[in-house]
Amino acid sequence: MAAIYSLFIINKSGGLIFYKDYGSAGRMDTNDSLRLASLWHSMHAISQQLSPTTGCSGIELLQADTFDLHCFQSLTGTKIFVVCEPSTLHMEGLLKVIYELYTDYVLKNPFYEMEMPIRCELFDVNLSQAIQKDRVPLLGR
Amino acid sequence: MQFFGGSAAAEIAPSPAAPPGTATGLAGNNANMLYIFNRSGVCLLYREWHRPLHTLDAQQDQKLMFGLLFSLRSFTTKIDPTSVDKGNLGVPLLPGQGCSFYSFHTNTYKLSLLESPSGVKVILITHPKTGDMREPLRYIYNIYVEYVVKNPLYVNGTPIKCELFNTNLDQYVKTLI
Repeated sequence: MAAIYSLFIINKSGGLIFYKDYGSAGRMDTNDSLRLASLWHSMHAISQQLSPTTGCSGIELLQADTFDLHCFQSLTGTKIFVVCEPSTLHMEGLLKVIYELYTDYVLKNPFYEMEMPIRCELFDVNLSQAIQKDRVPLLGR
Repeated sequence: MQFFGGSAAAEIAPSPAAPPGTATGLAGNNANMLYIFNRSGVCLLYREWHRPLHTLDAQQDQKLMFGLLFSLRSFTTKIDPTSVDKGNLGVPLLPGQGCSFYSFHTNTYKLSLLESPSGVKVILITHPKTGDMREPLRYIYNIYVEYVVKNPLYVNGTPIKCELFNTNLDQYVKTLI
């Protein structure tokens, strides 16, 4: 049902702290992913300036020809965004689940330094499980 | 077909919208704003029907809008998961090149974009729960072709000042649900 291509987590200053690729065609090297994350951070901020009414909190969904991009921004400014197939359902739910995993396995980890790249094994393991649950129907293709 | 060249009006500022609450009122007029840009970033048209918040002055706002769309296109071309060969970020893209987005939404508005092969961009800002606006955008582009491009007095690349175009556009936008 859900085909997720990649996942990014950006800290509040726009730096990339986590990037996982689940099957895009063509490799993207580290520098490119860093640039894209910062670019997204800026675009997210600029979109708030163009709002016709007050209270805009930035782009939540971007729809392109070949993919959709869902973004979740926490109250602290950490952004989690996922690139997936067009018209994939339940991505907002998935993003909130990923945010919960982030708070449990990364923020509560006493050895994790704030705003630094995430290197927590438990987070990776649980994240894979959360994503795999959605991707199981895909294996039949 | 009667044509009224709008040059006699000589308005520099964006044409003022009908006062809110007239005609069908807010409930019938779903659109907030409309921008039309050409491929060099000149804002050919800016119409607003319902915009309580102006963060920047008109010039800055239009430049920011164009800049945002330009950069977002670079972004979507690079992040596209289905293309194997990704160009470099920041290279100016031709209108049909690379993956382009057609809409994004935030919690307060939805932006829908149509880019023609000649680089003319039509941008419509509406309520966030609006559906797919690609067909209405194509219709608006057709209105532009009929009343502006086919107008012999219109100079390509300059802001649009055609009365008939504005009237028809307003009429059409009022019918959008």
